[in-house]
Amino acid sequence: MNYTSLSDKDKKEMMAKIGITSVDELFRSIPEGLRLKKVLNIPASLSEPELLSFFEKVRVQNKCSDCLSFLGGGAYNHFIPYSVDYLSSRGEFLTPYTPYQPEVSQGTLQIIFEFQTLICQLTGMDIANASLYDGASATAEAVLMAHRLQGKPKALIAKTLNPQYREVIGTYVKNMAIEAEEVGYSSSGEIDFEDLKQKIDEETSVVVCQSPNFMGVIENIKKISELAHTHHSLCTAVIAEPVSLGILEAPGKLGADIAAGEGQSFGIPLSFGGPYLGFMACKKDFIRQLPGRIAGQTTDVEGRRGFVLTLSTREQHIRREKATSNICTNQAWCALRATVFLESLGQEGMKELALQNIHKANYAREKLTQLEGVKAIFSGSSFNEFVLQLPKDLTHINEFLEKKKIIAGLKLEEFYPELKNCALFCVTEMHRKEDIDNLVKSLNEGLG
Amino acid sequence: MYPDDFYYSKDHEWAQVKDDTATVGITDFAQKQLGDVVYVELPKVGTTLEFHQSLGVVESVKAVSDIYSPLSGEVIAVNEELNGSPELINEDSHGKGWIIRLKIKDKSETEKLMSAAEYEKFLEGIED
Amino acid sequence: MIREPLIFELSAKGKRAFAFPKLDVPANEETIKNLATRKEIEGFPEVSEVEVVRHFTRLSQTNHCVDIGFYPLGSCTMKYNPKINEKVASSPEFLSTHPLAPPEFVQGNLEILKKTEGILAEITGMEAFTLQPSAGAQGELVGMMLIRAYHQEQGNPRKFVLIPDSAHGTNPSSAHICGYQVKEIKSNDKGTIDTEDLAQNMTEEVAALMVTNPNTLGIFENDIKKITQIVHDQGGFVYMDGANMNALTGICRPGDMEVDVIHLNLHKTFSTPHGGGGPGAGPVGVNRKLEPYLPIPVIVKKEERWSLDFNRPQSIGRVRSFFGNFLVVVKALSYVLSLGPEGLQEISEIAVLNSNYIRKSLEQDFHLKYQTPTLHECVFSDKFQREQGIQNIDIAKRLIDFGLHPPTMSFPLIVYGALMIEPTETESKRDLDLFIEAMKQIAKEAKEKPEILKSAPHQSYVRRLDETTAARKPVLRWAAPQSQEGKKE
Repeated sequence: MNYTSLSDKDKKEMMAKIGITSVDELFRSIPEGLRLKKVLNIPASLSEPELLSFFEKVRVQNKCSDCLSFLGGGAYNHFIPYSVDYLSSRGEFLTPYTPYQPEVSQGTLQIIFEFQTLICQLTGMDIANASLYDGASATAEAVLMAHRLQGKPKALIAKTLNPQYREVIGTYVKNMAIEAEEVGYSSSGEIDFEDLKQKIDEETSVVVCQSPNFMGVIENIKKISELAHTHHSLCTAVIAEPVSLGILEAPGKLGADIAAGEGQSFGIPLSFGGPYLGFMACKKDFIRQLPGRIAGQTTDVEGRRGFVLTLSTREQHIRREKATSNICTNQAWCALRATVFLESLGQEGMKELALQNIHKANYAREKLTQLEGVKAIFSGSSFNEFVLQLPKDLTHINEFLEKKKIIAGLKLEEFYPELKNCALFCVTEMHRKEDIDNLVKSLNEGLG
Repeated sequence: MYPDDFYYSKDHEWAQVKDDTATVGITDFAQKQLGDVVYVELPKVGTTLEFHQSLGVVESVKAVSDIYSPLSGEVIAVNEELNGSPELINEDSHGKGWIIRLKIKDKSETEKLMSAAEYEKFLEGIED
Repeated sequence: MIREPLIFELSAKGKRAFAFPKLDVPANEETIKNLATRKEIEGFPEVSEVEVVRHFTRLSQTNHCVDIGFYPLGSCTMKYNPKINEKVASSPEFLSTHPLAPPEFVQGNLEILKKTEGILAEITGMEAFTLQPSAGAQGELVGMMLIRAYHQEQGNPRKFVLIPDSAHGTNPSSAHICGYQVKEIKSNDKGTIDTEDLAQNMTEEVAALMVTNPNTLGIFENDIKKITQIVHDQGGFVYMDGANMNALTGICRPGDMEVDVIHLNLHKTFSTPHGGGGPGAGPVGVNRKLEPYLPIPVIVKKEERWSLDFNRPQSIGRVRSFFGNFLVVVKALSYVLSLGPEGLQEISEIAVLNSNYIRKSLEQDFHLKYQTPTLHECVFSDKFQREQGIQNIDIAKRLIDFGLHPPTMSFPLIVYGALMIEPTETESKRDLDLFIEAMKQIAKEAKEKPEILKSAPHQSYVRRLDETTAARKPVLRWAAPQSQEGKKE
């Protein structure tokens, strides 16, 4: 199949119109020496049934769908209302592009406007953009944005920020006049406030902390932002698990200046890591430095409300090398899914979702720490993730559990060598009590 | 159209010089080219500008233009009204739409600029 | 048509569109007591499921899209998005895989990634690929970072990147983020790179040339071998923006042109849906010289199993989390496999045929700045119509009244009043003719009754929108009525 639509007669007529006798003539501008002399060495064309059976064979090599998983760490398994799949699969949402022509893109634009509003409401910020690639690159963009706003070289990054996010920041700032320095964590699992106090100075553009952080611990954003502000620097709150915002105070209300994060939890399947949904929100004074597309409200010539992409002069297609970011295509369709998700859950649903996560994770933590030698090593409050230290070699325990089709906690030693035999567990509303009890029982066997 | 007592640059800025200060803006031609101005980025008072240094930008919906300082000097005032009403540039580019006031460093630089008559002639060369 | 309110305006306490199972563990209120919690999410909507479904369905009906009709946005390759690809990508085995699951559990996914890398390498003639970049612009950034990492290791990262004046805005922006100063290279009167200007600017302080081929005018840079030679002679790299690869698949390969690094847009050439502005994917292909610098992790085979290699000391690091937009890759692979080698060659041929048919049919009615032959797209301008005071935007808006999506406007920058048309290979002759007819009619209207163009569109859900006020007095979110009044004060 090549999905073309010309009949032989059409082709003939079109060639006659152009004044050629073979399509090949249209490629004369390509020097002969560069023309491919062979057929590409790729598999022969497959029909639809063959295609399905090809992917069937490949995908059964995956062994996740019937496993009980307690993985989190930046990608979360939440329930997705069926209407999200149903509505987002409409061709009118799936097959247009960036709404460059607002008169024929009001659906996309109004949804972006609603998405921006929802993100503002959740984060307690004044303005938000239409989306960025993912939480990691949104966080890196937030660091660059703070640097443009403050013009100071230093960025302080909590070590409890998702390690992948830290790596991406490192990649982005490498070629800029920004020096990223890490701030350690304390026995509570929160940012080490003393370390932060020591490292922050008037040369600091921004303090970046994640809450709940990579250890699952909820940070004191108020205290961090107050300290940042006394040094005329900004505080960026990274929200990697935004379901937490159903119950936790909005970072904007706690003094954060920029909120950046990952919206995957809002109606986007795990999907082996992508596509996900980066988001960014901030105080309204920073509008000229906010990267990415933004939709705004206006009126048409008849005075009716309508929406357009606005403030485009910040962007690459107009400002070129002086743009706030090079981003062009973003994650609009994922933002649409998030919008359907959030509007379906609404005020009460978001709160209930957050509470179920917190209670179930708490139940799991209590049960697991009752096992001989299993310790919760951080004293801080958590949301739906927590770190446990096991009395035995974690690799062996994980292998034991994997045989029982349980993918237990994430091994932290790979990211934090000091955290030997420590695992990060994530429990969401998707885990039934019996799943948690199954984990407790199996881990007990593994330890025994 | 173009006031006789102003100096003009090839980048379409004007400067009105009184003693050792100059008021600077963009010309009527420039505002027409840009279309509806939606935002003006102003420098901070106290900024020192070289001759032809970018002092800020004017933006329309789909274009951005640098504003180059027609003279060197120190910024002693900026037109704060442009923050809320950028349309002043379209409505009165040679008056209420002024952008900055400079304390001139070197008055002889005005020799590098054009008179109104010269500027109008310069525009004829562009507009065809 | 019903005018759809904002969801917030439909909201009222007590409505809901979703119910959770009852909490099946004890709720320990103590855990919440010590947290900084919120009473509510201020302004958050409360609506019923019917309201949600109708809200989005009605909004969807105000969008133009590829499934509805012709969408000739130049440089965006708005081809048909095959439905089987959606089916394939929605398998639970793909949707449910956690990206941090041990490799043993995700062998199928790793196989898909590796297979796609291999196929893209063969199509482009490059040695290796990374699928991590989320979209074209991030691919460009990765490409420039690879180049910088290489130069850095030679002791001098170099200062400049050369970019033709016809390039997409992401090129200079990506180079800038990578720490380079941009120097613009002029186009000659044929619309291609002026090789003399290039040779003059190409010094040992230039890290790379970024070139789009065919360029944004749809013209093949037929001096490409000479161009790569000039750049290589000074130790620089040639980066190719592969946004227009749809003109070349199965016809010729960037690797054979001595291009060092290229990004592709899976959402253009490889048919994955544009989603109203993403997600896309911007895989990057490199030659051997740049391979060691690719982002981590790299997928490698060990003892017949796929595993992840993080130990790549020369790597530029990560540019995003996990493995990129995996599901987009799945859809692209499904597409390539359904096409096969002959199909890939055919799509370029038909895309070029369709574009030339439009060009030929309209060249009397609209001005064509460059007479050079074009491949998959052509760029007209509004020069003929400007005499009647008509601009490209008026032509574009009038097309909407014909049920068609306008072409890309005002780009490339070297054509004043540009209308950039890319029909792609999937369009039928009937659709092409409808577009041609409409454009001819508009050219006629421009002469006879220009007012109808200036006031267009007349039939759409909203008419021409006031973008100036939107930018001067930005309203970027909904606010509850009382606080909106507060704003006015």
